[in-house]
Amino acid sequence: MPRYTPETGLWGKLTARDSVVRRLDWILLLAALVMSLMGAMLVFSATRNRTELNHGDEYYFFLHHLLNLGIGLGLATATIWLGHRTLRGAIPVLYGLSVILALLVLTPLGATINGSRSWLAIPGGFSLQPAEFAKITITLGMAMILAARVDAGDRPHPDHRTVVQGLGLAAIPVAIILLMPDLGSVMVLGAIILGVLLSSGASNRWILGLLGTGVVGCLAIWQLGLLDDYQIARFAAFANPSLDPAGVGYNTNQARIAIGGGGLTGSGLFHGSQTTGQFVPEQQTDFIFTVAGEELGFLGAGMIIFLLGVVLWRACRIARETSELYGTIVAAGIIAWFSFQAFENIGMTLGIMPVTGLPLPFVSYGGTSMFAVWIAIGLLQSIRVQRPVSASR
Amino acid sequence: MSNIPETGRTNRVTVRLIAIQILVFSLLLTLGGRLWYLQIRNGQEYANEAKSNHVQQVVEPATRGSILDARGVPLADNQTRLVVSASRTELLKMKDDGKAVLGRLAEVLGMSEQEIRKKVRLCDAKTPQPCWNGSPYQPIPITDEATTQQALQIRERSEDFPGISAEPTAVRRYAAPGNANTAQVLGYLSPVTDEEIQKAKDSRSPLLRSDQIGRSGLERTYDSDLRGKAGVTRYEVDNLGRVIGKAKSDPQVPGANVVTSIDARVQAVTEKELDQAMKDARNEVDKNTGTHYKADSGAAVVMEAKTGRVVAMASSPAYDPNAWVGGISGKDYAHLTGKKSNYPLLNRAIQGQAAPGSIFKVISTTAAVNAGYPFDGHYPCTSSMNIGGQTFKNFESENFGPISLGRALEVSCDTVFYGLAYQQWQKDGGNKPKADTADWFYKTAHQFGLGKETGIDLPNEVRGRIPDRQWKKDYWKANKDAWCAQGKHADDYVSKIAKENCESGMKMRAGDSVNYSIGQGDTLVTPIQMAVIYGALSNGGTMYNPTVGKAVVSPDGKHIRRIAPAAHGKLPDSPRTLQQIDKALAGVATRGTAAWRFGGWPQDKIPMHAKTGTAEVYGKQTTSWFATYTKDYTIVMTISQGGTGSGASGPAVRKIYNAIYGVNEKGDIDNKAALLPKPESKLPKIEDDGTIQAGVIKPYVPPKPKPSASESP
Repeated sequence: MPRYTPETGLWGKLTARDSVVRRLDWILLLAALVMSLMGAMLVFSATRNRTELNHGDEYYFFLHHLLNLGIGLGLATATIWLGHRTLRGAIPVLYGLSVILALLVLTPLGATINGSRSWLAIPGGFSLQPAEFAKITITLGMAMILAARVDAGDRPHPDHRTVVQGLGLAAIPVAIILLMPDLGSVMVLGAIILGVLLSSGASNRWILGLLGTGVVGCLAIWQLGLLDDYQIARFAAFANPSLDPAGVGYNTNQARIAIGGGGLTGSGLFHGSQTTGQFVPEQQTDFIFTVAGEELGFLGAGMIIFLLGVVLWRACRIARETSELYGTIVAAGIIAWFSFQAFENIGMTLGIMPVTGLPLPFVSYGGTSMFAVWIAIGLLQSIRVQRPVSASR
Repeated sequence: MSNIPETGRTNRVTVRLIAIQILVFSLLLTLGGRLWYLQIRNGQEYANEAKSNHVQQVVEPATRGSILDARGVPLADNQTRLVVSASRTELLKMKDDGKAVLGRLAEVLGMSEQEIRKKVRLCDAKTPQPCWNGSPYQPIPITDEATTQQALQIRERSEDFPGISAEPTAVRRYAAPGNANTAQVLGYLSPVTDEEIQKAKDSRSPLLRSDQIGRSGLERTYDSDLRGKAGVTRYEVDNLGRVIGKAKSDPQVPGANVVTSIDARVQAVTEKELDQAMKDARNEVDKNTGTHYKADSGAAVVMEAKTGRVVAMASSPAYDPNAWVGGISGKDYAHLTGKKSNYPLLNRAIQGQAAPGSIFKVISTTAAVNAGYPFDGHYPCTSSMNIGGQTFKNFESENFGPISLGRALEVSCDTVFYGLAYQQWQKDGGNKPKADTADWFYKTAHQFGLGKETGIDLPNEVRGRIPDRQWKKDYWKANKDAWCAQGKHADDYVSKIAKENCESGMKMRAGDSVNYSIGQGDTLVTPIQMAVIYGALSNGGTMYNPTVGKAVVSPDGKHIRRIAPAAHGKLPDSPRTLQQIDKALAGVATRGTAAWRFGGWPQDKIPMHAKTGTAEVYGKQTTSWFATYTKDYTIVMTISQGGTGSGASGPAVRKIYNAIYGVNEKGDIDNKAALLPKPESKLPKIEDDGTIQAGVIKPYVPPKPKPSASESP
C-alpha cells in the first residue's frame, strides 16, 4: 500500500485525489460553459449586421462576449480559491461597496439606457450595472446574518430579530435600485430574498409576510403612479399582445414571430430572417433567446432551457448536501436568482411574462451580468468543495 | 438540539429546499411547454408571419400591347409622356391635407387649384367626375401633358412638392391613322378599382393596384392579352425597410399585340362617308314632317362575307378616345355621358337597334318559301290591302300587279308580304290561335339569328327583338297597368293605342303580323346582325360570329394565336332558294330600288347585291337601312332619322365599295387605287425586337363630285 505523500508540484496539487479541481462539480461547470459559448454564437449572429452598434466590426460583440466570459471564469476561479467561507469575513466590505456603486448610479455618473438609470459609466467606454453585484452581496449578506447563530449551534432557526436584520440589510440596495428605477432587478432581488428566507428556515410568517408585502408593493406602485408610462404600456401590451403591434406590442410580437418561425430545427445559425432583418430590438441582450428560437429551433432553444435545468439541478444538490446553513442559504439564493431571472427573461420572449429589461444568465451579452453569474458559479463550486477558511486570513 | 441532524440542517430547511426545487423545475417545464406550443404546435403560422414581415414588392407595370389593323398599322399603342401625379396618402399626412402643395402645383402647371383638387378626390356614388376611381394607394395622375420645364420645376423643388412626382410614363395613344378614329371599337382604359382587384385575386390574371383595365371595345375583350404581367421584384427588407436580399421575383411580361381585321384605310373611308351621308341627310327635307332630317346617329359595318371578320366598323356620333388617357376631365366626361351628349360611347353597330324595314324581307321571303309558297309563284302587288278594317299601303302606293317573290324583293313590294303574312296568321288561327301555331315568319327570324347576340368579340352587344307571341305576352304583362291607366281617357292617338294595347296587347293581331312581315313594328335588329345575315346570303348560308380580333401575337412576334372564324348557324334556306334570293338582290342593285345608286357599277366583274330599307318609327323620322354584299364583303349602313335606305345611305355605301375595289363613278376599275380588292389573309410581320412592319397609310380624300356637265342627266 503506497504511503500517502502530499503532492508538492502544481500539477500534482491540481490532480491529487482530494484536490479542489477533482472535487469541483464538473457537470455544473460544463453546463454553464456550454451556455456561455452558445451565447457567444447567438450574440454574434444578432450583432454581425448591426453596423450602427458594432462600430463596423462584426466580431465586436462576439469577442467582447468571450472576453467577458474569460473575466467571469477568472472571477469564478478567484472565488473558488478564496472560498465562500473566507469571503464571509469580507461581506460587510463587499456589501458596502455594492451599495456605494448603486448610489453612484443616482449621481450624474449614472447613465440612462432604455428609460432606466441603472448603469454606471466607467472611463474607457465601459459601463457597469451595480444591481448585478447587489444580487450577490444581498445573498451573501443575508446568508451571513441568518446563518450566524444557527451555524454556531445556538438555535435551530433564525429568530425574528435576525430576520429583521437580514431584511434591513437587503432593504437598502433594493430601495436604491427601486429609485433608478430598475424594476426587473428589484423583482429578481425579491425572488432572492424569498429564496434566502425559505432556505434559512425562517418562520412561515415571514415568508407569507414577504409575499404579502410583494403583492401590496405592486399594488402601491401601480396605484401611486410610480411606474413610467413605458412600463404601464409594457404591461398593457403583455395583457393584450395584439395591442398596438407597431408600438409597445412590437417587441413581444416580433419576438414571438421569431421564435415561432423557428420550428423544430430552426433556420440555421446566421440564417434567421427575423434576426438578419433586425426585427427584434435588444436582441443581443434581453431578447437573445429569440435568436436561439429562430435559428436553432426547438432543439437549440430547448437545449438552453435544458442546460439551465442542469445548472439549477446541480445547484439544488449543492444546497442540500452542504453541512452549513450559510452555504445552503447562499446556494438557495443563487437558485432563486437564476431561476427567476431565466424564467422572466425567456418567459417575456415567449409572451407569458411582461417585458422587463433583464439579461438571460450566461447567454445574454453584458459584462456585469456575465461577471455576476460566474461569481455565483464560483460560490456554488466553493460550497461544494468546502474549502476551509483560508489560513492566510 | 436533537432535531439538528449531522448536516447541520433541520427538517424544515430540507422540506423547503425540496419545495424550491419543485418550484424551479415547474418553472422550467412551463418554459419548455410554451416553447413547444409556439414552435411545434403553431410554428407554421409564425413562419408565415415571419415571411410576410420582411418582403417588400416593387411593381413595374407591364407595357400594354398594341392594337393593330390588318396591315400592322397601330390603332392603339403607347407613348411616353411626362405624367405628374400626386400620392393621396402623402398629401393626407400633411396638416392641411396637402392644400398648400396642390396650390403651388396648380401655379406651376397653369391649372386651376379647384380642378386639381377634384382630380385627386375619390369617386363615390355622390361624387361626380372628375374624381379618382382607382386605388387610393396608387399615385393619381393630374396631367399627362406636363412640359419638360414644368417637370423639372417640380423635381428640382421637391421640398415644395412632397408627394408629387413627375415621371416619364408610357401612356396609351389612339393614333387614328389616316383619320381612322375607330373609337367605339377600340374602347378605352381606366384605373382598376379595389373590387376588381379582389375579384381577380385568384384568377389567372390577377390585377395590381397600378393597372389600367379595358372598359369597353377591344381594350376590354382582349384585356388579359394586352395587359401582360407586371414585373414584381420582391426584396427582403429589415425592420427599417433597408434591402438585405432579393426574394423570388417575377419579371415583367409585356402585353401581346392584338392584330385586328380592321383596315385603317377602309375604316377611315367608312367613317368619313357615314359622316358625310348624315350631313347630307340633314340638308334633305322630310316630306312627312316637313323639317330637315335630324340624322342623329348612324352606323356602318364592313365585313368579310366569307369569314365574318370586320374590316371597318363606324358609329356616329364618335369621340376622341384619347380623352380617357391620363384621367378624363369633368368637361370631357359630361360631353361623353351627359344627357345632351347623344351618347357617343355607344357603338351603334352592335348596340344601336331599330326596326329593319325592308331589308328584313329576305327573312320574310325565306319564311314564305319554307311555308310552302313557291319562289317563282305569282303574288299580287297591289297598291294597298285592307286587313281587319285597316288599310295597309304599299310604299308610295305603287302597284306592280302579280309578281314573283324575287321581283317583290327587287321592287320592295310590301303588299305581297302583307298578303302572305296575313294568310299565315289566319292559318295559325287568327284571333283565336291554335295550340301549335306554325309562326313561320317568326320562326324564320329566329333561325336567322335575330333576337340573339351574334357573338362578336366586343362587349355589351345588344340582342334586338323578335315580337313573337311569347314576347307579346311578356310585354303586355309588364306594361298593361300603364296602358290601361292611360287608355281611360281615350281621345288622342296615343291613348287610343294604349287602350287597344290594354285590351288585346297580349294577342298577336293581324296588323302586328302584317306589319312585322316587312320589318316594321316592334322588331329590333342591330347593324351587325344584318351584316351577319347578308354575309351569309353571300357565302352560301353560313352565319359567322363576327370578329374584330384576328390574332394575338406575342411582343417578339414569335407566338401567334390565330382567332379562327367560327360559325353559329346556317340560314334555313335551300341552296336553290339562296340562289334565287341572291339573284333577286343583284336585281335590286341593277334594276330595283338601289339601281339608281349603283349606276355604272361593273356588275359583270364585281356582282353587287343590295337591299334597301326604310323603317318607320312612331314619333320619329324614318330610319335608313342599306344592306349590300359582293362575293367578298358585306356592307350594312343605317342612319337613324335619316330618310330612305337608298336615299340616305346609298351614296355612302357605294363610295365605300368604290374605295375598296378602286372603282370610279363611271365604273372603271383601277386596281392601283383599290384599297382592299381581296380581304387581307396574311398577318403583319412583327420583328423579334417588337417593331412592326406596317403598311403605308394616307388620309382618305373623298373624290370630288365631277362637274355636272359631264354627268348624264
